[in-house]
Amino acid sequence: MSVQTDRTDTGTAAAPGVRKTDVPPPDGTGIRKGKNEGRGKDPAGRRSGASAPYVLLLPALLATVILLGWPLIKNGMLSFQNLNPRQLILHLTEWRGIDNYTDVLSSADFWKVVQRTVVFTAVNVVLTMVFGTLVGLLLARLGKRMRLVLLLGVVLAWAMPVIAATTVYQWLFAQRFGVVNWLLAKAGWTSMADYNWFGTQLSTFSVITLLIVWQSIPFVAINLYAATTTIPKELYEAASIDGAGTWKSFTSVTFPFIRPFLWATTFLEVIWIFKAFPQIFAMNKGGPDRLTETLPIYAFVEGPGNQHYGMGAAISFLTILILLALTAYYLRTVLKQEEDEL
Amino acid sequence: MKRSLMARLWPNATALVLFVVFTFPVYWMFATSLKPTGDIIADTPVFLPTDITFDHFKKALDADHFWTLVGNSLTVTVLAVVFSLVIGLLASFALARMRFKGRRGFLLTFMIAQMAPWEVMVIAIYMIVRDADLLNSLIPLTAFYMIMVLPFTILTLRGYVAAVPKELEESAMVDGCTRRQAFVKVIFPLLAPGLMATSLFGFITAWNEFPLVLILNKDAEKQTLPLWLSSFETTFGDDWGATMAAASLFAIPILVLFVYLQRKAVSGLTSGAVKG
Repeated sequence: MSVQTDRTDTGTAAAPGVRKTDVPPPDGTGIRKGKNEGRGKDPAGRRSGASAPYVLLLPALLATVILLGWPLIKNGMLSFQNLNPRQLILHLTEWRGIDNYTDVLSSADFWKVVQRTVVFTAVNVVLTMVFGTLVGLLLARLGKRMRLVLLLGVVLAWAMPVIAATTVYQWLFAQRFGVVNWLLAKAGWTSMADYNWFGTQLSTFSVITLLIVWQSIPFVAINLYAATTTIPKELYEAASIDGAGTWKSFTSVTFPFIRPFLWATTFLEVIWIFKAFPQIFAMNKGGPDRLTETLPIYAFVEGPGNQHYGMGAAISFLTILILLALTAYYLRTVLKQEEDEL
Repeated sequence: MKRSLMARLWPNATALVLFVVFTFPVYWMFATSLKPTGDIIADTPVFLPTDITFDHFKKALDADHFWTLVGNSLTVTVLAVVFSLVIGLLASFALARMRFKGRRGFLLTFMIAQMAPWEVMVIAIYMIVRDADLLNSLIPLTAFYMIMVLPFTILTLRGYVAAVPKELEESAMVDGCTRRQAFVKVIFPLLAPGLMATSLFGFITAWNEFPLVLILNKDAEKQTLPLWLSSFETTFGDDWGATMAAASLFAIPILVLFVYLQRKAVSGLTSGAVKG
């Protein structure tokens, strides 16, 4: 019973991020659909001429082609060049064929970084999705006042600028006077009192993971909570009449509803975390000993850092290809879910 | 069915613990920035600062180039957002209101562009900007921040434009407005909340951007605040009070905007004519 009363007031307490995916609002295609479609051009459209939409789209298209398309092509071209300090300073263009790629693909370092990136992404995404889902379900279950409190906390973490958050985490995990070390020592783990979190690969990754998961949970939680508010209450009533307990009504009512959403969000998180840059770079510059470099950082350090721009471009291009494949798959799933979106 | 006391208690207790977990880093940033140094480097952390000092803020504000960098960050961010809103509004109007060949293709292009991995494209952008002799300039930063937020702007605004009932526009035209007048006088005011919500995202993205400015602008006078903040701790030799003050200064505009604009955007959309 109380489960249902909890849910009735969701509309008003929905608060901040809810709008973000709260199904229709921005894409109110429904409002317009059918009114104009199939009716052909409306009089106004004819008056402004058939070229009007293209004229309106021209600036956006030009900007995209010049500022996004050109760098992509340039990246591809650079990856076939020999571009070290000498060529850079003298503005020489020396083609190198596919040598950059054979160099990259045959280097053990590269494959180690790939492996590291995959593991890093997987761990972060799993943690984000699991805890994000749990927080989202908790939000749906809470009373109005506590929900607002938790939403406030979550939104605060969400809104925190990345570099500011990174700096704060450096301070939280500082070797001397860091509050985390103090807490661990106080809790009985005395050897942690003076622990240097940025001294090993695993501990540095732990801090980065904590930071990323902390900042990613809000997006998942708030949107998942918004998704649960769209579940018709009758379904829960029906389930409880049929004798379903909490767990059963979750697996047979809630979960089928949020599954497509979870799938899409997981992919978004994979893409975002795979290309995470500022958190890792600002935390410890990919250190210690280049051991926390993921693909984007690796490309950056090899390219501008070690002045092997051609190599860096080859690594970038391979990374872009991976991300493009992920994006294509993501868009396909999303577009399949919302057939009428386009 | 009445649930037991435990069953009613645990969600609230969990929520409280989570609230602390989520807010603590933000709280700790502000708390540290306001504590006297003696309390910061204490063997037992001072969780509730009683002694408030603004010395750290003063130190951060007096840091080299701080105000120049504030100016740079603001210029780049505001210009990028404004340009993307203008260009985006034109495009979104076409995408939401008109039927034409290739519309689907345009939409897909912008959807893919929205996911562009800018973090891994910095090398190519560096070479382009260098060849154009524009390193250490705010122009390329503005242009690229604009394109970073443009696809999102177009796709979101398209939703807002579509949500304005067609009838409003038509009745304005029946009353003698041209299509452009109908847009300026009827649709545009209704879009204000949408524009604000969209600009929030653009503002956050441009304000936070790090990899591109890191590679393009090495000149200390031409950088933006994220770079300043990321090197602050090293520059000031583990002065955590000043570092946290710097982080607070950087975070406050975004936190304020976020809270303010989110509510505005929500209330704007749910009230008035848009509801139709």
